[in-house]
Amino acid sequence: MLDVKGLARLVGGGAEEGAKIQRQMTLPWGDAFRISLRNVTIRLGRAFITASGIVLGIAFLSSVWTGAVIQEGLERSERAHLEELAQATAVGGADEKSTQDLIAAAEQARKSRASRQAWLVVMSLLVCGVGITNAMLMSVTERFQEIGTMKCLGALDNFIVRLFLIEAALLGVLGSLLGALLGHMAMLGIFAIRERTFSVAAKMDWSQMLFYLVIAVLIGTVLSLIAAIAPAIRAARMRPAVALQSEI
Amino acid sequence: MAKVKCPECGEEIETTGIITVCPGCNADMRHVMEEVGHERAERMKTIARDDSVTTHEFIVRTRDLRKIYVMGEVEVPALRDVDLDVRRGEYLSIMGPSGSGKSTLFNMIGGLDKPTGGRCFIEEVDMAQLDAFELAWLRCRKIGYIFQTFNLIPVMTALENVTLPMIFAGMGTDEMMDRGRELLELVGLDDRLDHKPYELSGGQQQRVAVARALANAPAIILADEPTGNLDLQTGKEIIDLLKELNQESGVTVISATHDLKMIDVSDRIVHIRDGEVERIEHRADLKLEIGTLGSEIEDAE
Ligand SMILES: Nc1ncnc2c1ncn2[C@@H]1O[C@H](COP(=O)(O)OP(=O)(O)OP(=O)(O)O)[C@@H](O)[C@H]1O
Ligand SMILES: [Mg+2]
Repeated sequence: MLDVKGLARLVGGGAEEGAKIQRQMTLPWGDAFRISLRNVTIRLGRAFITASGIVLGIAFLSSVWTGAVIQEGLERSERAHLEELAQATAVGGADEKSTQDLIAAAEQARKSRASRQAWLVVMSLLVCGVGITNAMLMSVTERFQEIGTMKCLGALDNFIVRLFLIEAALLGVLGSLLGALLGHMAMLGIFAIRERTFSVAAKMDWSQMLFYLVIAVLIGTVLSLIAAIAPAIRAARMRPAVALQSEI
Repeated sequence: MAKVKCPECGEEIETTGIITVCPGCNADMRHVMEEVGHERAERMKTIARDDSVTTHEFIVRTRDLRKIYVMGEVEVPALRDVDLDVRRGEYLSIMGPSGSGKSTLFNMIGGLDKPTGGRCFIEEVDMAQLDAFELAWLRCRKIGYIFQTFNLIPVMTALENVTLPMIFAGMGTDEMMDRGRELLELVGLDDRLDHKPYELSGGQQQRVAVARALANAPAIILADEPTGNLDLQTGKEIIDLLKELNQESGVTVISATHDLKMIDVSDRIVHIRDGEVERIEHRADLKLEIGTLGSEIEDAE
């Protein structure tokens, strides 16, 4: 009665197909990507709410970095101006000491701001992490039924995880791209208003800025992947009966 | 479901093949229906397939099957020592009041949940011995599930819903599309291939679900109150469809239900109450005891 080998018979059952082919259970990456993309595009409103955690967090991060790059650009031009002034005064033999003081003071201010900025970056990453984790948790929980159904149709646990990770990566890339741009433009706008000129944009180091934006998008994507792993695995491991029964 | 044209008045009628007169002009439709029936019967034969090398008499068996839900301090016994043998090719209905354990039994037989005690065999294979992969394999190819709430994937079209289990089974794209179309045509939805579930009526969604359950030619169809969310007529269509499949392709149908219409088509009816098998009726017996059946219907209503 206890017939473990019985399944082999079941599995090898298809007379025309070999047992190997019959044993196969697959979810090709192409199909997985198509399904995940569909989940994002069709539930665009829902996807946007999920992504809003990412957008906000990365916008914060990107604004902090944009501020830093602008500030640096401004200081660089100011320092160049001061050094010019110092040279001029040195030639004139006048108050050399006070311009040197000014340069030193500016350096001091830059250092203290750098440490404050590090804190801001850490804070923004925290905001980002919490927002994304929450969003991913919700997007998984509200689809328990669907996960249960897929498992009834023969999905292995790792198919479910795969679908959610692809979706998280898509949301991560799109959300953090949007967030990075928003934060960047907001900060640029704020500085332009404060300095009453758009020359802030001309003074900043654009290659460095681009580097920061890319890093911000990377961070957003990686964070959303990390945040999705735990709930996705937990959901995938649920017994189908439990997943099917859960009400939203 | 099939579309037929009335030879007299030319009216297009969508039917499972049960009508005998044209609703438009009252013309006799019997010979037309017979033709349709023959045609469908031929196609139905291959749509579900029991390809086990060994053919045990009983396709599903349970022994002392027990399930106890633990909710905090309280233990809720949902199944108590259920012994059930389901014959290959049988149409079995599980009836019982709400909370009697029908869905729980459905979950155990379908490998969707683990029993607290006892055993459940499919083709004499003890399900407790299967690993995750084998269980997924079983769900994918041996069993087709139908739910009260249809459970279609909302972002996918009818055709994509039907082909999803075929993706899991590793079927090639062309074969998959052809089979998906054929299945949807058989359930009368060939003009709804690209519709999303929310664009379909309840009955249509359930027909997509039936087509999906047949995706990998299962040996067993498990249905948990398949007509529970449908009106009388639509429910009847689904029942007829299941019966047709059962008769033509020999697929075993196990259906939990409150629906008394199911009595007509079932080979056996298992009545459960408080998680125990109360009694089992055979259709043969039922026919002899029409009186009993009548009183039972009154009881239930
Ligand atoms: N996940 C669960 N946790 C705790 N108790 C449960 C759970 N699922 C079912 N039960 C209990 O088990 C018993 C049987 O439930 P089941 O869902 O099998 O009934 P049913 O016959 O399908 O009822 P219905 O006709 O209303 O669908 C009920 O008393 C129910 O409260
Ligand atoms: Mg139920």
